Amino acid sequence: MPDLLAARSQMAVSLGFHILFAVVGIGMPLLMVIAEQRYRSTGDPICLELAKRWAKGTAILFAVGAVSGTVLSFELGLLWPEFMRLAGPVIGMPFSLEGFAFFIEAIFIGVYLYGWDRIPPRAHVLAGLAVAVSGAASGIFVVTANAWMNSPTGFEMAAGKVTGVDPIAGMLNPMTFQQTLHMTLAAYAATGFAVAGIHAALLLVERHNAFHRRALGIALLVGAPAAVLQPLSGDVSARAVGAWQPAKLAAMESHFETERRAPFTIGGIPDVEARRTRYAIQVPAGLSLLLHHDPDAVVTGLDHFPRRDWPPVTIVHLAFQVMIALGTYLALLSLWIGWRALRRHDPCDSPWMLRAIAVAAPMGFLAIEAGWTVTEVGRQPWVIYGLLRTADAVTPMPGLVVPFVGFTLLYCALGAIVVWMLYRQIIRSPRHSEWSRVYSPREAARV
Amino acid sequence: MSESGLPGVMAGLVALSLNAYVLFGGADFGGGVWDLLASGPSKARQREVIGHAIGPIWEANHVWLILAIVLTFTCFPPVFARLGIVLHVPLTLMLIGIVLRGSAFTFRAYDDEHDAAQRRWGRIFAVASLLTPLLLGVCIGAVASGRVGPVPARGSFADRFVDPWLTPFSLAVGVLAVAVFAHLAAVFLTLETREPDLEDVFRREGLWSGVTVFLAALVALLLAPSHAPLVGAGLLGSRWALPFHLATGAAAVATLAALWTRHYHLARVTVGALVSLIVWGWAFSQYPYLVPPDLTVASAAAPAVTLRLILIALGLGAALLVPSLHYLFRVFKAEPAGSVRRLPTGGPNA
Repeated sequence: MPDLLAARSQMAVSLGFHILFAVVGIGMPLLMVIAEQRYRSTGDPICLELAKRWAKGTAILFAVGAVSGTVLSFELGLLWPEFMRLAGPVIGMPFSLEGFAFFIEAIFIGVYLYGWDRIPPRAHVLAGLAVAVSGAASGIFVVTANAWMNSPTGFEMAAGKVTGVDPIAGMLNPMTFQQTLHMTLAAYAATGFAVAGIHAALLLVERHNAFHRRALGIALLVGAPAAVLQPLSGDVSARAVGAWQPAKLAAMESHFETERRAPFTIGGIPDVEARRTRYAIQVPAGLSLLLHHDPDAVVTGLDHFPRRDWPPVTIVHLAFQVMIALGTYLALLSLWIGWRALRRHDPCDSPWMLRAIAVAAPMGFLAIEAGWTVTEVGRQPWVIYGLLRTADAVTPMPGLVVPFVGFTLLYCALGAIVVWMLYRQIIRSPRHSEWSRVYSPREAARV
Repeated sequence: MSESGLPGVMAGLVALSLNAYVLFGGADFGGGVWDLLASGPSKARQREVIGHAIGPIWEANHVWLILAIVLTFTCFPPVFARLGIVLHVPLTLMLIGIVLRGSAFTFRAYDDEHDAAQRRWGRIFAVASLLTPLLLGVCIGAVASGRVGPVPARGSFADRFVDPWLTPFSLAVGVLAVAVFAHLAAVFLTLETREPDLEDVFRREGLWSGVTVFLAALVALLLAPSHAPLVGAGLLGSRWALPFHLATGAAAVATLAALWTRHYHLARVTVGALVSLIVWGWAFSQYPYLVPPDLTVASAAAPAVTLRLILIALGLGAALLVPSLHYLFRVFKAEPAGSVRRLPTGGPNA
């Protein structure tokens, strides 16, 4: 395996692994705080049990997220020293702020998890809120640094040297708003639907389990609004990509020829050699309309760029299609849930709705992985778009396949253990006979 | 602030966050070392105290390392690039240690209380707690020895990527790091229990590890002139060398004396001073070099505008961070725990 490919693969595995935990670290504390707040105001013991279980889940996932995040911060230098040498002064600012946000998050997660009996109830809820807010903030800061790689501003580069550094301009680069909004909504939608999906699946087995019903309600409260807003945020993002990274947008849409009245391509398989997309559905003038709100607008195609500056079109196009499909499903499902909720129908009473939610459990996370594939692979061959090639940023150390394989195995093992522990500790409904009377009175009455 | 003084201030802040990491995160690693070495009839209770002492705070303590790294790559980017290239192997191993320590500790806290599962996670946690500081020490030793220079374009893998850090001096610093962390942990642990027999165990461990720190420091110091000339000259020949050694020696002796006479609160203060003196002794002895032989505070510094903004961000961040940290430690460390601190109802294994 060539070293560049090994380094990129290791980075992809590390990011792909960490992002799952980072997302849960943003979404899960919110669920936990809502559950605890409900318990404090209504005295419902199920909400207390949920808050405690979700706190356990957050603890396990946060710990793995914290250590895998540490790995990433080092890997920036271990794998891409030249990138960090150039980029450090410009994008160190969001990373430093992220450091503080992470600090606050780590402090208050300790207070929250171990402080149930040590601090007043109000302080405990506030500690949970501090975790939720700082978790979201640290995500926003890290994505800000990534946005800079996509639309680098706040410096000048000449002959391999960086001058005229303006870290504030680097932070407020043209992609920051779009990317951070899209990612934050994604985190809430993915976590909300993952939790909702699991409990929906369990409700299909035990229809009247009050524990799962309450969990489903809170999870949908977080996941559904985010999923509805996500397509709007996606539209804003796509237009920014079109403006600042036209090659990425062309690859996303498998759009080879620069043309007026560009069609919107749905599905299909790009044939890069023939420069066309097979088996795709095309909406006439759709892309022009979406990007420029004008059916006659010209959309830059890949033909505008030298072949060596093309990202891997097939991967980017397919990943984009996957993200769109999953996001659309979640948004439509959320609208259906919302419509039923307005008419005071409990989602738990419709087996079809429960099935639709259960199927959605992994979708948010898959969409996030697909979306990051679009962002990162779509930026290739550049690490700093248009300025520094990934190949020029990689470490001179040979044998990178060894750490790549090592971290991949380590993360596979960790992932399997985490899933097993979450199942045993959190998802399984309480077995205690005492609890079952509280949670499913109807079934208990039958026994 | 003058433009020329700014890089020095930022380098000082990197050293300060490393200092904090060694002091707090180091003690968490040291706790793992004592978990590994736990023996005798109170073995299980020792491990319980260690677990409860680390539980609420290790993640926050870990962030000091992230802060040091982020400050390094923002304020001194060539330093970060150089460390990433030359120390790729030990840093990668250290990262694996960090991942295993943190996840195994959490898995142990939240897994079923079956003995087999507890033992498995406990073993991984403890071994990783020993190896991670060893590798951290090796990396610091390599930097101090002045061998982390530009990588030659040709040569064997071992010449380019192993020789710079695999030296007797680096290994001695690695052992010193483990000893220091273990010493810190033992002293801190005397205040984490109210059971006299456990207190005695940690006191004894504190005394032994104190002696080990002395021996390891002596070996490193003796190896320094030949293997780490710059740091060796600073530590042995400079104007501040004598007062520095006197102060370090005084802190070490005071810690042992306080442990001996069971003045554990005093021992906690003096051991903190001892460890901080070791960190700052290293920092000052290689000043103005960040990574000898070539990268200095001035030559590696990022543009002044970046440094100034980071300094402002650090000030604002500290305004949030200091009260939060104070709160964390007040909630969990203000009073010595009960006999064995029982986990609160919402905590692990509740």
